[in-house]
Amino acid sequence: MNDERWHHLFRTYADSSFVELLRRDSPHLMPAPAGGGDAGRIDVPHGTTVIAVRFRDGVIMAGDRQATAGYQVASRRIDKIFKSDDLSGVGIAGAAGPAMEMAKLFQTELEHYEKVEGDNLSLEGKANKLGQMIRMNLQAAMMGLAVVPIFAGFDEKAGVGRLFKYDITGGRYEETNYDSQGSGSKDARDSLKKLWKRDMPRDEALQVTLQALIDAADEDVGTGGPDFVRGIFPTVKTITRSGFGEVGEDEIRRVCEQILDDRKRSGNGG
Amino acid sequence: MPLPYYVSPEQMMKDKAEYARKGIARGRSIVTLEFRDGILLVAENPSTLLHKISEIYDRIAFAGVGKYNEFENLRIAGIRHADVKGYSYSRGDVTAKALANAYSQALGNIFTQDIKPFEVEVLVAEVGDANGGRNEIYHILYDGTIEDERNYAAMGGQADEIRRFLKDHFREAQGLEESLQLGVRALTVTQNKTLTERDLEVAVLDQTKERRKFRRIPPEALSQLLGTQR
Repeated sequence: MNDERWHHLFRTYADSSFVELLRRDSPHLMPAPAGGGDAGRIDVPHGTTVIAVRFRDGVIMAGDRQATAGYQVASRRIDKIFKSDDLSGVGIAGAAGPAMEMAKLFQTELEHYEKVEGDNLSLEGKANKLGQMIRMNLQAAMMGLAVVPIFAGFDEKAGVGRLFKYDITGGRYEETNYDSQGSGSKDARDSLKKLWKRDMPRDEALQVTLQALIDAADEDVGTGGPDFVRGIFPTVKTITRSGFGEVGEDEIRRVCEQILDDRKRSGNGG
Repeated sequence: MPLPYYVSPEQMMKDKAEYARKGIARGRSIVTLEFRDGILLVAENPSTLLHKISEIYDRIAFAGVGKYNEFENLRIAGIRHADVKGYSYSRGDVTAKALANAYSQALGNIFTQDIKPFEVEVLVAEVGDANGGRNEIYHILYDGTIEDERNYAAMGGQADEIRRFLKDHFREAQGLEESLQLGVRALTVTQNKTLTERDLEVAVLDQTKERRKFRRIPPEALSQLLGTQR
């Protein structure tokens, strides 16, 4: 029987994928793996510290605003937290250029799937897809252009916030409470280890998150702290059942001020 | 070898057009209306899962009548066109005009080259920005003919009657509720029945929304909006 005439129609699951579409129809638009050389020796801008923290209503994502190239500040106001769809976000760390490109591709991928299928991917599906995209970047990662995002979102089926971290090979690891990525991540994690509590309300979670970012900025030269002179403050987003929300700059400024005042009073900076 | 029958090109086109028109006339209709906050699309569609109206891009929506598998194919092609274009340039560079042209070319080619023409009509709508940007509505027929419409558009089985009705009753800058009720009345103009929220698929391109303007109106909200009518 000539089954080939219609069998391929059942293989169209790949047709809902934007990445597959680019690979097939417009390969020149695919983020290209770096060719030859050792990009590790070139100081490309790197995103530094991003954090995801689980709290009562979902997940908070936050990042400092600095991009660092070697010992230089490459940018003071980049955003590292990207909305990937209504119920999830990506925080990028690593080589800023490829990372932002990956965030944009991932966002298009999720929207494309949603429009074609008329339905959202599950949070698990989204997390796996991002892992595959990081794996695509492996060759570039070996040359110093590694991209290691954090992915967090609200799982509608389970009714909880969830977060995932990745390694440069696309390996995906779910974290239950909090995680951080980037050059200041160890300091941020140390801070969160002491401050994080189960089922924190939003305001407390916001405070804990900013404490961790300020600690990271304090210890890591690549991470930027709150900049009162220029009025640049960390990016903070919340992801809950009701969607991807902004935390206003005024509120972030107020909490940062309060944290720093408390530290001034205690007299040891921490 | 037997000689192929000779059919004059004129006759062939006529036959194809008649075939396509018959196919489209069997299906239910869709109306599109401009209203105060954007563009409203109303389809008579008892299925809640198989959509006739859908989102293409930030400001752009698609609607199709006729054969489902055919306009579904066109819909997905449209999403691909828009997403690739938006990814390679910027989101603002994706326009309904370019998409409508692509549909027109595709349907025109299929009509002249394939034995069976597509039995579909499609509509591409783009909502203008909130500070006075102009809405655009393109209506593309089975043979690739393209028209840009103002204020309202209708397609499907009873399109002519609906258009006549809307010509007399349409008013500019109405609210969502009034527009929706007008749209539903227009759909029933040739039928002796009332349509409830279960028979309708309704979506809007809502100027007041952030980036993605497309929004479906779920049955509960729909029955509320229609409620005052009964």
